[in-house]
Order: sequence, then structure tokens, then C-alpha cells
Amino acid sequence: MLAEVSEAVAVEHGLTPQEYRRFTDHLGRTPTITELGIVSVMWSEHCSYKSSRLHLKKLPTSGERILVGPGENAGIVDIGGGWAAAFKIESHNHPSYIEPFQGAATGVGGILRDIFTMGARPIAVLDALRFGPPDDPLHGARNRRIIQGVVEGIAHYGNCIGVPTVGGECVFSPCFSKNPLVNVFALGIFRQDSIFLGLAKGVGNPVIYVGAKTGKDGIKGASMASEEFGESSEAKRPNVQVGDPFLEKLLLEACLEAMATGAILGIQDMGAAGLTCSTAEMGGRGGVGIEIELDLVPQREEAMTPYEIMLSESQERMLLVADRGREHEVLAVFEKWGLDAVEIGSVTADGMLRVRHGGTVVAELETRFLSEDAPCYDRPHGAPHRIAGMDGPALPDRTGEELAADLEALLSAPDLSSKRWIWEQYDYQVRTNTTAGPGSDAAVLRIKEAGVSLAMSLDGNTRYCGLDPRLGAQLIVAECCRNLSTVGAEPIATTNNLNFGNPERPEIMAQLVESVEGMALACRHFGTPVTGGNVSLYNETLGKGVDPSPVVGIVGILRHTRRPPGACFEQAGDCVYLLGGLLPAAGEDLGRRFGSSQYATTILGKAWGLPPGLDLAYESAVHTAVRQIVGQGLARSAHDVGTGGLAVALAECCFGEGRIGARVTLGRSFPHFWHSSTNRPRACCCPSRPTAVVRSRRWRVTVGLSRCGSARPVGPCWRSALPGGRAWKSPSTGFTGRGTRLSKHPWGCDEPSQPSGPVALRCS
Amino acid sequence: MKFGVLIFPGSNCDHDALYALTRNLGHSAEGIWHESADLGDVDAVFVPGGFSYGDYLRCGAIARFSPVIRPLRRFARAGGLVIGVCNGFQILCEAGLLEGALLRNRGLRFVCRTVDLVPDTRASAFTSHCRSDRPMRIPIAHGEGCYFASDAVLDRLEAEDRVAFRYAGPNPNGSARSIAGVLNEGRNVLGMMPHPERACDEAVGSTDGIAVFNSMVASLAGSRATSDAR
Repeated sequence: MLAEVSEAVAVEHGLTPQEYRRFTDHLGRTPTITELGIVSVMWSEHCSYKSSRLHLKKLPTSGERILVGPGENAGIVDIGGGWAAAFKIESHNHPSYIEPFQGAATGVGGILRDIFTMGARPIAVLDALRFGPPDDPLHGARNRRIIQGVVEGIAHYGNCIGVPTVGGECVFSPCFSKNPLVNVFALGIFRQDSIFLGLAKGVGNPVIYVGAKTGKDGIKGASMASEEFGESSEAKRPNVQVGDPFLEKLLLEACLEAMATGAILGIQDMGAAGLTCSTAEMGGRGGVGIEIELDLVPQREEAMTPYEIMLSESQERMLLVADRGREHEVLAVFEKWGLDAVEIGSVTADGMLRVRHGGTVVAELETRFLSEDAPCYDRPHGAPHRIAGMDGPALPDRTGEELAADLEALLSAPDLSSKRWIWEQYDYQVRTNTTAGPGSDAAVLRIKEAGVSLAMSLDGNTRYCGLDPRLGAQLIVAECCRNLSTVGAEPIATTNNLNFGNPERPEIMAQLVESVEGMALACRHFGTPVTGGNVSLYNETLGKGVDPSPVVGIVGILRHTRRPPGACFEQAGDCVYLLGGLLPAAGEDLGRRFGSSQYATTILGKAWGLPPGLDLAYESAVHTAVRQIVGQGLARSAHDVGTGGLAVALAECCFGEGRIGARVTLGRSFPHFWHSSTNRPRACCCPSRPTAVVRSRRWRVTVGLSRCGSARPVGPCWRSALPGGRAWKSPSTGFTGRGTRLSKHPWGCDEPSQPSGPVALRCS
Repeated sequence: MKFGVLIFPGSNCDHDALYALTRNLGHSAEGIWHESADLGDVDAVFVPGGFSYGDYLRCGAIARFSPVIRPLRRFARAGGLVIGVCNGFQILCEAGLLEGALLRNRGLRFVCRTVDLVPDTRASAFTSHCRSDRPMRIPIAHGEGCYFASDAVLDRLEAEDRVAFRYAGPNPNGSARSIAGVLNEGRNVLGMMPHPERACDEAVGSTDGIAVFNSMVASLAGSRATSDAR
């Protein structure tokens, strides 16, 4: 490929004419095609964060527990006893749309490399998935293919490499029909004194390439992830990489073993933009240059051009800098594991990335110019695009029977139906740390070595953010912290994945800016600094973008390694307590707030108005209280009231193995059952002994604990086992045939519906 | 009592087995790298789950050619206790130490869940201490766990009381006759798809797996006592 480089070629590579001019002005000459390729990926949205960098600075990033903040491969927090946890979330949205299985699989592979490249052993994966509805009349078939492919891809990679997939979330909306979102979170643990950073140091030290051979797969994947999709996205399939989890398992073990020799000074994985990004970033961070010889790079195919070698995104590769004179110790470890490990160059003093091929220099660029000095834009942003109007229909008058039918309809809607068929495909138990797995409010893993447990939750809410991105982002941080508190964990740090449409449109950019600002406010309030994350923009196909979908992943800590209480009722006769309250704040317009509820979307078929109000101080008080209730062992189970409101939360509490139901009477009217939060976050507790009031030490406030019912048999409720499947209602009040009825699903997989304990809800 | 845990490239339940055997049960245990030419001084061998060699070609089909399989065969022939779990079961079948084969799950999906398991015989070194008052709760996690053998072989296994475990609830993977674990002719080699090493700690949900290891320990202690008496 010896195309003449010109502005037109640069534009084809995704650079703007202005960016190309800046590049040539800096260079003082016409770049080579390899140089153009390098700059185009380094300056792509995906690698440079050029639209978001300015705003990401608004996020809080420091705190007592933060050992490494944003800018590295992953953030690192102190978990006590000399141990640390590295964690991060990353998106693989674009590849997962084009080739769902490999796209999702390599998403898992990529984030795991980010974790072990820092020296941590990955111990958990969670994923936040957003798909088009499986029963969409127009796109249903494609959506189902994508759902199946993504889930199988995640299972394939995570199961094989032996890292448990312990939780996440999966929701559906028509805006994701052609733009599915696949966000993968991973966490690893290690000793605080063995943290490795992705930087090159020590002039003359060898630069070593390890892992898979370089092929022609995934060339320019980072640029692809920075563009909108058109009609011909299928043609981009070769841009998607192919993963080999077995090779990555070997790479993981070999890297950790090689790091233990003490001969490695810096190490970085080759993810987006492959060899280009790893060399430029390691040099840029270390303030040094790197010189490499491409003929030495192990290659899968013959006659690869320097352009292809530099831009290939072949998976399962790492770049490391070793101590000169001790490189044989590193090479010996990789040989033991049967992996390629080749010295391909060395660290230089001049700050240049110099690439040789066939005896000539094919690229010579400043490492700083590529990474730190990449363009940064303050894109115009006005009022955010709203996904719906302010006013909706008058709230319907419903009879008790209609309400019962509504509850069933909600429980069998894709968003709220059981996701067991997804998470049963993931090995969520390997490494025997999982004390609360998928289906829990938050995943909890015991850290055997450190004597603590870590809780993790991923949350997002596209509807809230689409109605008010600033408040929506605060609400998802609050929800995430509430999930962690419900299992008794104290939230400590955040990672975020910002999924938006085209930032060049001011109303989309405004969604991004307001979400980040809202998130910053909430993360400051809850004391959960952001240690890094990922920004995925241009989630658009044919000009139709996704609704704003920021996702946060928050890590919490528990000071024990026991099993936390589950979400489901465990014993008949226990009292059910509602922590928090149902009263909306003074002056709050319930009718408008109700428009953001799942009930409005699923039952009334319409969203409108505003997300629930949020009183941050009250929210924290509830979190502290539930943490203490759970921490002191007062609750036999605890569940947070989230999407679907109290009615759904109570029903969810009844899906336990013991099939314990509940009879609940509320002194409130219809909307309160369905509204997920009328300015009052709540947690359902089922304490083992009655507790009237809980005093929260930290906040010195008293949170009301209102008794709202008890677990007693009334009549069963069934929840669909599959999204889009239909709930099956027991003909009688008995449990005959439980677990044997199948809900037929259009895509041909039969699984038993999950029967619940009996549920009776009454409004007085 | 000393257990040896084989480690192939791609094994990933080796840590779990070592942790359960040493920390939960207080035995000594060590990893044995797949290139080892002998098993050292171990009293029993645990072949762990995972994806040996990526499970490429066929589960366990490449691992059976690992150097460590040769001393493993000798050990088994001499009557040593060998337990293979999940991928370990698949490897033992491929290596010819057990009869039958593990096919893709009937549902064509990987399945991870805790299942009800019942020992089908007590007359073995792996099941003598298993409880009978209720099914054991043991996790499964596999994509290829559908036990298959010809009717003649199945009949013989049953006639010789060599079915170690069966699934008590719904058959999770389509295994023939709901078989979850089988013994070799000498009754000293067990292969099973469920993971007893994941059920040795209340914190992760079940301790029912301990009975399998306790049975092995009791059997070893018994045979040692017998040989001492001689």
C-alpha cells in the first residue's frame, strides 16, 4: 500500500482537514502512509478522547483509597492489608454490532488485559448490555442474533480464561436496535508493592513484544469505533478482531510470572490501535522515545506492510520494557508458556517513535505529539436533546385485577424478566470467591488473601438520562451505591463508560456534558472518585443515535468474607420493612415524575416528564442505615427498590428458592407502587427481629423504617424466564407443576419460568 | 494426606482445588505441571476443570498427550485414587481411564448452576461418606457435560455398580440416564462433571462437596491401616 498521502487520504482516515494541517505543520513535510495511519488512530476519538477530555477533568479523581487514578490502563484502589484492586470498564459497542460473538469476546479479552497488564490477577467480570427489543417487529431477528452472539461471546472468553462473570445488567430499548452497547467491567487484585505501569524508561532498555503473532485483523478498529455506521457496516467485518481466550490465559499466567522476576520495568497491552498505541503511550508517559524494527515483529501472514503491522489490532499481545541485562529472565518465562517473546527495539532518549522496516525508517514521530498533544475540542453544546415531552397522559384509574395484570406484564417485559438464561451461560463461580453472584443487588467476592470482600455493581438508566442527563447521571450513581449498600458494602470508587451519539451535534454533546457534570456531583457526594473509564461516542447508525447511556461501575468494600444476605424473602412470618419512604418531596409534581417509570413505558407505552427527584443527603442516610442493618445481621434479606418500583421490588423478593411470598398493604395510592423513587430511595428489608428505628452514626439522622407487610401465602406470581417470553400464571393458588412449565420463546430455547412465592399487594 | 493437582495450560480450577484441599480441608496439596514425568509422593490425584489447551479439537483430546498422563496411568493402574472433575473428567475419558465420552450439552449452551446430586453407590472410595438424607448441592459449570456411552456400556456400568453420581433434579445437560459421574473398573478412578471443590465452604454456598474428599481420605487411611497391619 503505497498510496500518495494527501489531505483527501487523510480525510478518508478520519482526520479533519484542520487536523491534517496541524499534523503536516508539526512535521514540516508530507507524512508517510504509515505515519498517517499512526496519527489517525492516535487522534481518533477512541484513543484521544478529544471531544470529552475537557469535560472528564470535572470528575473527582482523588481520595484516600485511590492509588492510581485516570490515565493508566486501569484505576487502582487500596483495599487494606497491603492489597489493592485494579478495575475498569470498557466498551466494545461498534464491533459487537458488526460481529456480535467476536466483538463481545474481544471486549472481555481487552479489559482483562488492561487489568493484568498492571500486575493484578483478574478475579471478576461484569457486563452492562443494551440491545434492541428481541420482539421488535422490524429488527427483532437481528436483535436476537446480536443478543445471542454477544452473550455467547462473553461466555466463551470469560469461561475459558477462568475469570468469573459475576453480574451486570441487560436492558432493551428500540434506540439500541442498530447500536447495541456492550460495556465490560473487570477487576483484579494484587499486592500494593507490585503495581506495574505502562511506561517506558531507561535509555537502551529492550522493548519486548510478547504473545500472539500480528495478523491483518482489526486494522483501524479504533478509527471504526470513532465513526457513525451507515448502510455498509457489514463491510467493516474485517475490522473486528478475533479472540483466542486460551492464548490470553497463557499470556495472563506468563505475564504475572514474568513480573515476579522483577526484570520488567513497564508493560502495556496492545488493545485499540495495537503496536501504535502501546509504543506511543509507553514512550509518551515515560517522556522517552522508542525505536522498533518491524521485521522482528512475529507475523501471522507474509508480506505485511508497515502500515498493517502498526495498525493491526490482533488480540492477546503485550509490549514490555525490561531491564537491560535481565531480559533473559523474562524471555525464559514466556518460553515456558510457549509464547512468542521477541526483542523488537529499544528505549531512546530523543522522545521519538521511530519505526524501521526493511532497513528504512517508515515513521518518525514525537511520542508526546501523538498522545499528550492530541487534539482536544470544546465542542459546542446547547440544551440537551430530550427523548420525550414534559407532559403525559392522566394517570389511569385501575382496579385491583388490572393492577395484578400490570404487575405480571411488567415482570415479563424484557427489562425486568429474569436474566437467568444469560448468566447461567457464564461461569460465575470459578475461583470460589463469589459469595453473591448474578441476580443479587450487587456481586460480592471474598478476597481470601486480604480478609475483606469487594462488592461491584454496574448501573445505567437510559430513560432517566434521556429525560434529564444531569439528574439521570446522579440517579445512576445513587442507584449503584444503593445496590452496594444493600449487600452491606461501603462504596469506594467509580469507573464510568460514557455511551453517547455524535458529539459534533450540540444537543448530543450537551447530553455528554450534563451527564458528566451530574456524575461528578454525585460521585463527590458519595465519596466515590472516578479512577478511569471509557468514552464511546458516535453510537449512531444512519443518523439515528442511542439515547444517552452513561454506565457507572462502583466498587464497594466489606470488612468480612461471609455471605451477604440475599434479595429474596427466606422465612414466612418475617416482617417486611420499607426503609426510606414513599412520600414525594414537597411541591414535587408526581404526574411528571411518573413519566420516567418502567410502568409508564411498559404499561402505558410512553415516557414523559422527568426522572425521580433526588435528595442526596437523604439518599446517603438511607445507604448508611441499610449498611448498618445488614452489617449487624438484622436483616435476613435486603433488596433495593429500583426499576419498576415497590411492586416489582416486592415481587422480586418472592422469587427465592423457598418461594416465600408477601402480603403487603400500603396506605398510599396507585402510583406509589410503581414509581421507582418519589424522591425517597428505599430498601426493602426483612429483618430477623423487629427494629423500629435505625440510628445512623455517620449522618446523625433517623431514617424511618415503616413496616409495610409480612411474608404470608396468598397467590403465586410467575416471572418469565426469558425476555420477551410470556409470564405464565398458575391456574390455581397452589404450586402444582412448579418449575415444570416452559415459557416458549420465539428463538427456540425452552427454560422453565421461575415461580415466585405468593404476592398480594393492596392499596388502601 | 497429600493430593497432587495436575495443571495443564488452560486449567483454571486448579487454584480452587488447591484452596479447598488445603485451606478448607487441611490436607497438603501441590500443583503438578503437565510436563512432569512423575507424580512425586502424592497419595491421590485431582485432575481439575478448565479448558486444557483451549479445549480446541475436542475437550481433553490434546491434554491426553501431555507427558504427565503417562505417570498418571501408572498411578491409576497401581490402584491410586484419581478424581477428575469437569475438564478433568473429559481428560480421563479421552485418556481411556474411564469409559464413555462427554458431548456438547443438549441445550447447546454452557450451563453454570448448582444442581442436586445423589450418589448412586456407596461402595466406592469417593462416595462412602456422602449423605443420604437429602441430595447434595454441588455446582456445575460446563458446555460439554452430556455423558454418552453405548447402551451396552451403560448397562454394564449399572450392573457393575459403577455409576457414582446422578442428577436428582432436571437433567441439566442431557446426560445418558442422568449420569453425573462414573467409576473405572478398579473403582479407584472417578470422573464427574459437578465440582465438589466448589462446595467446600459455607461462604460460597455449599459444603456438600467435602464428603467426596472425606471419603477419599477415609479410604486411603483404611488401606494404609490394612497395609500396616500386614
